Amino acid sequence: MGVGIQSAAYIAASVLFILSLGGLKNQESAKRAIYYGIVGMALAVIATVFGPGVQNIALILVAIAAGSFAGVYIAGKVQMTDMPQLVAALHSFVGLAAVFIGLNADIMLGSVTALRDSGVNLAEADLTGFGERLWAKDAVEIAILKVEVFLGIFIGAVTFTGSVIAFGKLAGKVSGSPKQLPGGHMLNAAALAICVILGIMYFNGAGIWTMVLVTIIAGFIGWHLIMGIGGADMPVVVSMLNSYSGWAAAAIGFTLGNDLLIVTGALVGSSGAILSYIMCKAMNRKFVSVILGGFGGTSGPQMQVEGEQIAIDADGVASALDDADSIVIIPGYGMAVAQAQQSVSELTKRLRAKGKTVRFAIHPVAGRLPGHMNVLLAEARVPYDIVLEMDEINDDFPTTDVAIVIGSNDIVNPAAQDDPNSPIAGMPVLEVWKAKQVFVSKRGQGTGYSGIENPLFFKENTRMFYGDAKKSLDELLTKID
Amino acid sequence: MLIGTPKEQFEGERRVALTPDSAKALAKLGHSALIESGAGAAAGFSDAAYAEAGVEVVKNAGVVWSKADVVAKVRPPSESEVAQMRSGQTLISFFNPAGNADLMEQAKEQGASVIAMEMVPRISRAQKMDALSSMANIAGYRAVIEAGNNFGRFFTGQVTAAGKVPPAKVLVIGAGVAGLAAIGTATSLGAITYAFDVRPEVAEQIESMGAEFVFLDFEESSQDSAATGGYAAPSSPEFREKQLAKFREMAPEIDIVIATALIPNREAPELWTPDMVAMMKPGSVIVDLAAEKGGNCKLTVPDEKIVTDNGVTIVGYTDFPSRMAAQASTLYSTNIRHMLTDLTPDKDGKINHNMEDDVIRGATVTHQGEITYPPPPPKVAAIAAAPKKDKPKELTAEEKKAKEVADFKAATKSQVGLLVIGGVIMAIIGAFAPASFMQHFIVFALACFIGFQVIWGVAHSLHTPLMAITNAISGIVIVGALLQIGSGNMLVVLLSLVSVLIASINIVGGFLVTRRMLAMFQKS
Repeated sequence: MGVGIQSAAYIAASVLFILSLGGLKNQESAKRAIYYGIVGMALAVIATVFGPGVQNIALILVAIAAGSFAGVYIAGKVQMTDMPQLVAALHSFVGLAAVFIGLNADIMLGSVTALRDSGVNLAEADLTGFGERLWAKDAVEIAILKVEVFLGIFIGAVTFTGSVIAFGKLAGKVSGSPKQLPGGHMLNAAALAICVILGIMYFNGAGIWTMVLVTIIAGFIGWHLIMGIGGADMPVVVSMLNSYSGWAAAAIGFTLGNDLLIVTGALVGSSGAILSYIMCKAMNRKFVSVILGGFGGTSGPQMQVEGEQIAIDADGVASALDDADSIVIIPGYGMAVAQAQQSVSELTKRLRAKGKTVRFAIHPVAGRLPGHMNVLLAEARVPYDIVLEMDEINDDFPTTDVAIVIGSNDIVNPAAQDDPNSPIAGMPVLEVWKAKQVFVSKRGQGTGYSGIENPLFFKENTRMFYGDAKKSLDELLTKID
Repeated sequence: MLIGTPKEQFEGERRVALTPDSAKALAKLGHSALIESGAGAAAGFSDAAYAEAGVEVVKNAGVVWSKADVVAKVRPPSESEVAQMRSGQTLISFFNPAGNADLMEQAKEQGASVIAMEMVPRISRAQKMDALSSMANIAGYRAVIEAGNNFGRFFTGQVTAAGKVPPAKVLVIGAGVAGLAAIGTATSLGAITYAFDVRPEVAEQIESMGAEFVFLDFEESSQDSAATGGYAAPSSPEFREKQLAKFREMAPEIDIVIATALIPNREAPELWTPDMVAMMKPGSVIVDLAAEKGGNCKLTVPDEKIVTDNGVTIVGYTDFPSRMAAQASTLYSTNIRHMLTDLTPDKDGKINHNMEDDVIRGATVTHQGEITYPPPPPKVAAIAAAPKKDKPKELTAEEKKAKEVADFKAATKSQVGLLVIGGVIMAIIGAFAPASFMQHFIVFALACFIGFQVIWGVAHSLHTPLMAITNAISGIVIVGALLQIGSGNMLVVLLSLVSVLIASINIVGGFLVTRRMLAMFQKS
């Protein structure tokens, strides 16, 4: 296969990737879009493997086969509630691969320039595709290449350790609460400064040891940065890492002079960046403050919450549901934790069978991954056209008879609107308290992630339905037929 | 403890403070109950029903007063009733302590404790025993029913074979509990309902009940009812003028007026003047729930229904809850039961009259030979202060246009600014970087641009699949590893090999899991 055909394949692959992302604009076209992505990827890999200057094909095939096997296994086995962990784990792979490729580029740069300086001509050198490119580079291009290698390795390493920690936090293997070493962000800043110094040394001719050190220190930054961010900010973190993995791929693309990598990396990078932006907006927080961890400072005391939380049992909820015509369910991370989506779906089905209007209200940051709740509900066979976004449904709460809050807290907190001193003041929230009656399914009386009281639980029209979400709903299901 | 209920002595009072259901609930607290024969008859609860619920039915009130540890009543007790009380005995009933100083003195002399139901503080925790609210709710409902009874037309508009019927127009003045109940009843009967209140923050509640809030365009900083415990306070003369002018404007159109405006411890404000009554159409009805306190309409005669010269019926009954005795008794007895629940914290049948408790302290007017009225202000504020909301100003057409132009200019400015800055940065990079880099850089910049354009269109519900698919395609780094794997250096081969391996996991795993997710999304 010649260079021309390979380029054509790369162009086709780029277009297919763009189409596959664009196809996600609605559920129906998305089903087609995924195949664009698969075909694009297949084209890219085949064109590369059988293109000029690639050797060790047998090894490649073995590695691809092994990787694919692992991929099939993981994709088949993963629970939908575990999607956030899986996504984080996959990000770490991209980061690690970027680091390796960056290091390789430097090693090869060394050997190719040595070969060239020894006076061997190009035909005798027997180089790979990338090697040939290196051979042709002049001094300025090599300088630029070094910058690219540095960026690729740095971003890759941050992505790798950051994603590993994000995975650990999401999987519950690492505590979800924010933790930092003494020195906090000064430590990160210092580490960043050292990386930059090492980068400059490398640029001026220091050996590969500088890059190995950068890998380690950048790895530390990734680890320390994500350790300092709490569980509920994970949607932002995962989107951010998604973005980084894209930028890492793009940086590698520059290093290798490969446009396909650049295009794809840029697509993924901007996708992640937009997702992070949307998530931050949904929490009314600055991206920087999420990344630096913790809630921003507030002025003045918070409003006192007054009243008591009134409990209710399954019978009470059942009879209220029986009387209601329009019902809105607001799922949150608690539903995912309790694996209650099937019970929610069953409840929905029964209520709909009785001719009631049942809809779902999804806050953009509900769960631990953008769109997490939608996927869980889809898995439980809740039709997606009754699953609505915050902006679509917020105006309907005053005409809603019953709102059922299942395992969400901060995203339904009226303090965000009422109390300018609240840490979450200004965050867009679902206005469930405007419904005639609100039931909150919750394990206990604790506060949400932000650690603030939720005045919703004390409202006159709110009743607390304590207990594990799945158990409570299953008990409720026995009362509704 | 023994909870006793005598028959109400007040003439025409049909309610009763103990029902068979509430007696059963009291038994769970460890209390037993006692009732005078026939006490529940007017509310539809027979002696047999009480006996079945485990209540001891006694012949006369004297036995109740002498045996019971706690006496639960509806109306304030008469002098003779108080005279029968003994030291240590507790009375729970309406008491009107502000206007019943003598009776309070008498109860103090007898050593009895009195819990006045109307004194229950208005805090969320005490809502379950807020008898004023539960009775007001009934009054509001009944007021509309009473109005309907005296109103010669339908509430709802109809088009029938026999002609078209216009809907009734109802104005509810004062959107307290009674007002809101009246609004709900009137709208569900199909009337076009308007409501007015001096507290602008209730506008939302009014609208949620389906009525239209009568909006006064008034500059004065509006009342914050949080300062007055959720009740209305007297308004300034200017405000009142404005309000009356508005009512005067509405009067000829309105068929039914339900007046519920009360200010605590004051005579009811006059809001529906005789000239407004004169403007109303014949057959119109005014129900004045404030009759007991002098009426919102001065033509109202308490406890009577009158018809004015121009044919407007004015209902001045003061016993609306009693007119729905069964419902009122059920709710009131539940309020009493909740009060007893708070008085029996250990559910062991022993009354613990805890004067540290805000609710019990607030409602108690005499205790252990002392008058404890008026109570100190509760430790917690009744209702959180409403945040001052600035009404967004209505913009005129010119202002709107000017604003649009300004917005457009600002957007253009920021966009052009960004483009210029971006262009300068590009130029700087281009000045130093070699041509080969710039070629790639163009591709990079365009790809970022396309990425931003495309991703904004992605549905929110598909964000998780989006992440999974971008994950899969970021496995494109496999291409980089493939280009390096042929190197002569073993370390490079090894690292590339690992990269190819994990990138393939990414690609295959990412695509498959995305496909799995997308397949789950289905339409109903």
